[in-house]
Amino acid sequence: MTSTEEVTKLFSRPESLVGLPFAYCPGCGHGIIHRLIAEVIDELGIAGKIVAVTSIGCSVRMWQHFTYDMCQALHGRAPAVATGLRRALPSDRVIFTYQGDGDLAAIGTAETVHAAARGENITVFFVNNGVYGATGGQLAPTTILGQKTSSTPYGRDPALAGYPIRVCELLSSLDGANYLARVGIFDASSVTQARKAVKKAFQLQIEGKGFSLVEFLSPCPINLKLRPIEATQWVKEKMTSFFPLGEYKGGKNR
Amino acid sequence: MPLQRELVEGNEAIAEAAIKANCRFFFGYPITPQTEILEYMAKRLPQVGGFFMQAESEIAAISMVQGVACTGARVMTATSSPGISLMQEGISCLASMQLPCVIVNVTRASPGLGRIPPAQSDYFQATKRGHGDFNVIVLAPASAQEMADLTMVAFDLADEYRNPVMILTDGMLGEMMETMVWPERRPRNFVKDWALEGAENREGRLLISAPLTDHELIELNVELNKKYKKMAAKECRWEEFYLEDAEQVVVAFGTTSRISLEAVDEARKKGIKAGMIRPITLWPFPHPPFKDSCPKAKAFLSVEMNNGQMVEDVKLAVCGRAPVHFYGQGGGWVPSSLAVEEQIEKLAEAI
Repeated sequence: MTSTEEVTKLFSRPESLVGLPFAYCPGCGHGIIHRLIAEVIDELGIAGKIVAVTSIGCSVRMWQHFTYDMCQALHGRAPAVATGLRRALPSDRVIFTYQGDGDLAAIGTAETVHAAARGENITVFFVNNGVYGATGGQLAPTTILGQKTSSTPYGRDPALAGYPIRVCELLSSLDGANYLARVGIFDASSVTQARKAVKKAFQLQIEGKGFSLVEFLSPCPINLKLRPIEATQWVKEKMTSFFPLGEYKGGKNR
Repeated sequence: MPLQRELVEGNEAIAEAAIKANCRFFFGYPITPQTEILEYMAKRLPQVGGFFMQAESEIAAISMVQGVACTGARVMTATSSPGISLMQEGISCLASMQLPCVIVNVTRASPGLGRIPPAQSDYFQATKRGHGDFNVIVLAPASAQEMADLTMVAFDLADEYRNPVMILTDGMLGEMMETMVWPERRPRNFVKDWALEGAENREGRLLISAPLTDHELIELNVELNKKYKKMAAKECRWEEFYLEDAEQVVVAFGTTSRISLEAVDEARKKGIKAGMIRPITLWPFPHPPFKDSCPKAKAFLSVEMNNGQMVEDVKLAVCGRAPVHFYGQGGGWVPSSLAVEEQIEKLAEAI
């Protein structure tokens, strides 16, 4: 036996990723989340069945990283576009959207709530970083109380800017929402949990169980004006106290 | 067997013609005076293996249309004036991604909430559109027959150019019943090698509205503009009446074209040399008859149920050769043929 035959590749780029370096800022969560989605799709062997809907903000360019059939949606409209795809494509196709907090919980609240209420058999990946990233760090519907942003320069005051929206909790009252989970990506253990949630969401869709959403608490160091490791720590300590991790609907209701 | 004439409501003529054009998907939101289209589709589409959905808003409806259009299937939505305002962002997006679909506007009186009598006050938002440099073909039927005929044409045009096509009509034509014959036209088939279906054993396909670089967006605009110029050159439709010796030419589309034609006929009986141009496409606006067919015209009269939105297009088509007058009113006003005839008589005296 020669030494080359003993080499086994244990870790490599998922085949679902085209191999471009991620175009995101240092310490941004998008890279990890993209990779988790790609890994799970490869593991389930469904890359050829995927039709993905990308949206706006920093992840507007996510289509350059994946090998799937993909289309873009306007600000907040991804769940409605995914609805059209779902109703027109054969049922074995797997459809996901990828949306930020402003997209999903402000300008697209109606589309999100109604896609969930209808129980559309789609998966929504919701990246909650508490700010509007691409436009330069303004107030998001998920900015936590007291948090300074470029449009709440004195900190989020509920008398002026209201309270943050907890999306999983909000959607959990809807019969059509089948799987709702909030996960973190701030350490190895939370990333492992996040990967499990992504897999469960896709599996439930494949089984035709209806609307699934995975919310990632994700760091945005540039707009938090923190170093990457500090931003990750901030998500773990500050965001999770306002947005508790866990499954809000376990995918068993039908 | 002789063709069967049927008594059909305008809105239902559109809906059934869409089904005859192989449209199997409809997304909409109830709004008067469009709602019969939505209700007809809710009942009829499941009977032909199609799919109907009442969306949570017009914004969602046009986005659902986008989703279906991405798969290459034929899809339609219908609404009325404020609904088109909400759909404008989506129509711009569909145009940028070169996605075919048919959008119906059964216009009601505006601005704002307005009221529900018929109007033509969406001429601007149909022909001048939403954000960005894009065009949609706008078809303006004038009868239940044409509601059906042009709906079938609209789906073929949408597929041929990979572009949204709009049918601009109003509450009068939409809710009026007339006899008509169902068109015998067969829907054309198109190869859609751009459609999304899952990238099994091939490279992934992308339908993108936001290119990565400024340069690519300029390239997209150049490509789109070439297409729009081709559409403008090839797709003008109109009908003309008595133009050869006409000293004055009435210009009217949709509901006002029917009323005006009656007035022109009556004026002719009185010896007034009046003619008429009825634009059927509002974009592209039909310039040829203005240039080629009315050599003796000394004046033009645009008759519209709005404050004169088409006048600028008529002026561009007339190109300074004769004055362009306007008779009309926004807000739900409908002219009588007698009133139009009076305007024709006044103009005859003046020229």
